[in-house]
Amino acid sequence: MPFVIPSSRQFLRGSILLSFISLVGACATPRDSVSSAEIYDPNEAANREVHEFNRKVDRVLFRPVSNGYGNYVHEDLRMLVSNFADHLSLPADIVNNLLQGDLKGAGGNSFRLVFNTVFGFGGIVDPADAVHVPRRETDFGETFHVWGVKEGAYVELPLLGPSTERDTVGTILDFTLDPVSVFLPRPEKYVGTAANFADLMGDRYDLRATIDSVLYESADSYAQARILYLQNRRFALGVEVEEAETDFDPFADPFAQ
Amino acid sequence: MHSESETLKRRTFLSTIAASTLVPAHAFALTSAEAEKLVDKVVADINKVIGSGKSLNAMIGDFERIFKRYADVAFIAGSALGPDARGLSNSQRNRYVDAFTGYISRKYGKRFNEFVGGRVEVNSTRKVKSYYEVLGTAHLRGESPFELNFRVSNRTGKDLFFDLIIEGISLRLTEKSEIGAMLDKRRGDIDGLIADLKKAG
Repeated sequence: MPFVIPSSRQFLRGSILLSFISLVGACATPRDSVSSAEIYDPNEAANREVHEFNRKVDRVLFRPVSNGYGNYVHEDLRMLVSNFADHLSLPADIVNNLLQGDLKGAGGNSFRLVFNTVFGFGGIVDPADAVHVPRRETDFGETFHVWGVKEGAYVELPLLGPSTERDTVGTILDFTLDPVSVFLPRPEKYVGTAANFADLMGDRYDLRATIDSVLYESADSYAQARILYLQNRRFALGVEVEEAETDFDPFADPFAQ
Repeated sequence: MHSESETLKRRTFLSTIAASTLVPAHAFALTSAEAEKLVDKVVADINKVIGSGKSLNAMIGDFERIFKRYADVAFIAGSALGPDARGLSNSQRNRYVDAFTGYISRKYGKRFNEFVGGRVEVNSTRKVKSYYEVLGTAHLRGESPFELNFRVSNRTGKDLFFDLIIEGISLRLTEKSEIGAMLDKRRGDIDGLIADLKKAG
């Protein structure tokens, strides 16, 4: 896959997006602390409409396609696709590791990029894992978090699902500033897109019991997706969470009058 | 010199005081080793169920027994209900805790097949306010290892876990959201919620 010098148009796109970054602070509502149970969802009605749309898309498209992918494509082949998709995410990971000042993460991911390209047949196998250099997965949303941007309001994005204002801006940058899609020419760059889509279908298949339970068996799938996402995202980012005073005391009798 | 009966009275009085302070005294005596021992036992029992090769329904029954034995089910159920837990009659409270326990056991017990061939390691324990956090790692087949966090207290006088947090996701908080939604569907009617819980999971 030859790398090409980006055209001036691509640079322009990059600089427009970089100026967009400075708007992030204005976009996300800054709040000082966050409780583990805290939910800030002022756009709930609109989010719920998106959620219903996402559920329909999952029912008619993602669920059947992912089940087909899981049932007809062998586990080992799915693993190679997943490795390759992860491999193609490394340049973006490294950019974000550096923006976060995470030199250890950047070093580990750079090692993986070189090692797995050479010894992992272009990244379809993951020998770096065997030598204990795991991927330090990250994204622009995490970079903004490290820079001090608060998560803002909860958002459910069409097709992509749960997010926050901060992470929505992050996700837009993840798509548009991904070095692989910026620097690779067509049609090579679509190989990455295809691998990512297949990887997502693989994840949908592997997590099908959980996802089906949340989307189709819970009393309020929107609220379940929201609380699951917010708790897990805050944990992944290492956000200090405070528990609501009335909630954490294990000596309080919840049935007391 | 005190008379025999007076000494006896005083002794009874003292032992009553001692007995009444026994539970809180024990509450502070819960050590990280005890908290870890509880989690080790839970993990060992769960591993036994996973390895038993029983039918799914039998495993769900076993899981319910483990949950009742090692978890502070009344606290988990009560805090999942939130402020609505106050003001329940004793009968409602018992029926609700029972229905909740069955619901949790079915909902999470039917996922047992995902744990077959897996194992849980206990890594460390730390004191947080009035309880302990026991941190562990779950290694499941074909999945990257993930972090578990058991929260253990002895508010009842027994060491029990009152929450399980997986990759930041608290069982108690997540179920609080779900139970709240179920109660809303019944417009706040507890008996309706109990009926729905018996079918759910």
